[in-house]
Amino acid sequence: MQCRGPEDLRAALADATCRAMRDAVITLPPDVKRAIEKATARETSAVARGEYGNIAQNILAAERLGVPLCQDTGVPVVYLTLPPSVPYSQALFDAVADGIRRATQEIPLRPNVVDPLTRHNSGDNTGAGMPAVHVRPGEKFTVTVLPKGAGAENVSQVVMLLPSQKEKIAEIVAGTMLIAEGRPCPPVVLGVGIGGTFDSVTALAKEALLQPIDRMTDFEQQLCDAVNRLGIGPMGLGGSTTALAVKVKTAACHTASLPVAVNVQCWANRHATVEVEW
Amino acid sequence: MVSIQLHTPLGDEILSLKAGDRIELSGLVYTARDEAHLRMQKEGIPFDPEGAVIYHCGPVVKDDRIVAAGPTTSARMNALSGFLLDKGARALIGKGGMGSTVKKQLRGRGVYFAFTGGCAALAASHMTLKGVHFPDLGMAEAVWVIELDRLPLVVGIDSAGNDLFSAVQENAKKIFCAEQKKECV
Repeated sequence: MQCRGPEDLRAALADATCRAMRDAVITLPPDVKRAIEKATARETSAVARGEYGNIAQNILAAERLGVPLCQDTGVPVVYLTLPPSVPYSQALFDAVADGIRRATQEIPLRPNVVDPLTRHNSGDNTGAGMPAVHVRPGEKFTVTVLPKGAGAENVSQVVMLLPSQKEKIAEIVAGTMLIAEGRPCPPVVLGVGIGGTFDSVTALAKEALLQPIDRMTDFEQQLCDAVNRLGIGPMGLGGSTTALAVKVKTAACHTASLPVAVNVQCWANRHATVEVEW
Repeated sequence: MVSIQLHTPLGDEILSLKAGDRIELSGLVYTARDEAHLRMQKEGIPFDPEGAVIYHCGPVVKDDRIVAAGPTTSARMNALSGFLLDKGARALIGKGGMGSTVKKQLRGRGVYFAFTGGCAALAASHMTLKGVHFPDLGMAEAVWVIELDRLPLVVGIDSAGNDLFSAVQENAKKIFCAEQKKECV
């Protein structure tokens, strides 16, 4: 058996990251396509049906032309799973950044990453803390990318509820979309984090977006129905579906806290996972 | 439903459009986001504004070709659009609708077209790149001159002040306030 060194790992992970990004920005996951088709079938408003017509054609055009679904190719949020054989080191982060730089050139992606204060654009979608990389143990060595656009990210919310305010969760979820209106490109997917701490609840909300959206628990369905009763519809033009799905992820929390975060995602709920060949 | 065919430069034909009408637009349009509006206010409009159509969009461009060019959120340009309409621009394209100031500025002379957010590949398949102004503003903020071939749009705000977005917003607020037993302001 050949010994594989850190350089091979860096190349293999960079390659997998680039491929996952290409897949994510061009092709929607099948569960998201199914959810959009279902929403289209139950829509009665003529204007909303026109919007779904454009969305369906756009999904086909992106695949046919091999170009991104949306010009806002987002900022790169990346999740790695590492089996015991893969060492945790800086090389992993460098490799992911290599892959994002390549993806920016080759696909291409719009260079979106800037310094928060000077607003200087790095031109390659990397910067301090970006790509945002989350690492956890797993059975296989995989890379998952979730390119996150600004329109939906900007209307996301985090609230520190009191333990007695559990009933307010639905109000916060629906209220997030009331304020957001058409800005996050509905029909949206809402990732809801409940529990944990001030920082971890927002990470839960984002991770919830990676779950399959074509099935919901009763609680998720209730939240989704509360959002859809608002009638905001595709692009805020009115219609029966404002949220394709609400997905909830929970974590244990302090007995005196009830953190809730709502991460809003546009209809293009883009993400892709690739196994790293190493 | 058959779409109304329109060609730029636009004229008084847009005054008969009603909010909710589906149209297909052909001819030249000019992209402009925040930075381009600010530059045009300072240095002048680098194209003939008479009958012009402004597209709120920051495209992905590669090798002189439009790769992806969906709309950006128009509300960011709420306070920046009046001078274009005063100079003769007849339509704005974007997503999410625009504020009451723009609605007033459009009265009797222009319309706001909504294009479906996220539909950048579809848009690109209806576009040919013709030129660029202010390239120093960068890819997303420059003014790109684009020829459209039947881009499918919907009239979001018409020249009589009918506005699909604000009607939906008011209704959503009413429902939310009733369900959460809150005072509607």
